[in-house]
Amino acid sequence: MLLSRVRVEEKLFLQAFADRNIPVDVVNDRGVIFDLHGNGWSKYQVIVERCINHSRALYALRIFNDWGIPTVNTYEVATICGNKLETTSALIRDKVPTPACKIAFTPDSALTAIEEMGYPVVLKPAVGSWGRLLSKINDREAAEAILEHKEVLGSYHHSIFYIQKYINKPARDIRSFVIGDETVAAIYRYSDHWITNTARGGRAENCPVTPEINALSVAAAKAVGGGVVAVDILETAEGELLVNEVNYTMEFRNSIDTTGVNIPDRVVDYVLTVANQQQELEYA
Amino acid sequence: MSDQKITECPECAAEITLPGDVMESEIVQCAECEVELEVVSLDPLTLDLAPEEEEDWGE
Repeated sequence: MLLSRVRVEEKLFLQAFADRNIPVDVVNDRGVIFDLHGNGWSKYQVIVERCINHSRALYALRIFNDWGIPTVNTYEVATICGNKLETTSALIRDKVPTPACKIAFTPDSALTAIEEMGYPVVLKPAVGSWGRLLSKINDREAAEAILEHKEVLGSYHHSIFYIQKYINKPARDIRSFVIGDETVAAIYRYSDHWITNTARGGRAENCPVTPEINALSVAAAKAVGGGVVAVDILETAEGELLVNEVNYTMEFRNSIDTTGVNIPDRVVDYVLTVANQQQELEYA
Repeated sequence: MSDQKITECPECAAEITLPGDVMESEIVQCAECEVELEVVSLDPLTLDLAPEEEEDWGE
């Protein structure tokens, strides 16, 4: 397991592996050195990526996958899920319902795109998580101010303007957990704030996995390359479900007791399946 | 518990008691100054200030 911190999730994974007497090496990404010409990791049947930095996760997965080591998740999944633009594009390509979205490369064109879309909109950094630096823009004056701040203060990836139509959701959104081909659990995340991330204080309640939620979640997971992902779903006032984002290093500490589903155990099942598939390929 | 480990907060010097099964790279919080600390070594038990959140952190 490649990780940055031993959080609750990592402890639960390690316990789930230990319960099955499966040996796991824990490697902290801070000390890792990759010799790209020599695969020093070939002894591992599968690597579970739990880095907290997207950039470290991405490049480590690229190296592992190029070396032929199976990973949960794959480089492809991390690439798409780690970037909202890539995620949305993949969802639209696969006809998975998602909010209206426009991309612009300059503050001027972003302002035009926002005005075309109509207020309110949400401006998001293409790379980022935990609800950081999301801006709900209610009028032109706010748009001009935020775009100027991004231009002056932002790093280069803040110059890619990801503009999403604001969905007036019912003080909650849905997070579903997809493992392989199945939505194993889902929660409602309630918050009085328009940002409902539990990392920002949102409250979790069980959400029954309806056939609609399952189909939408699995379709979203497939669009980004499959594996173990958490899908954020918005409900419109008309009752339509839209996929907002897909997360590839999912956090689920608030969802085990809430849903009654042993998510880490289910993930371990999947990890072992991935490892065994690779072995079968090698022996074929 | 007899296997608890005791160390000191590097920020405020308060005594910190950790469970016996504490792991390297685990994040703990000082009850007195509330700073986030990372277990950087188990032998000897050493805590350091946890890294600040970076721009590309998250799921």
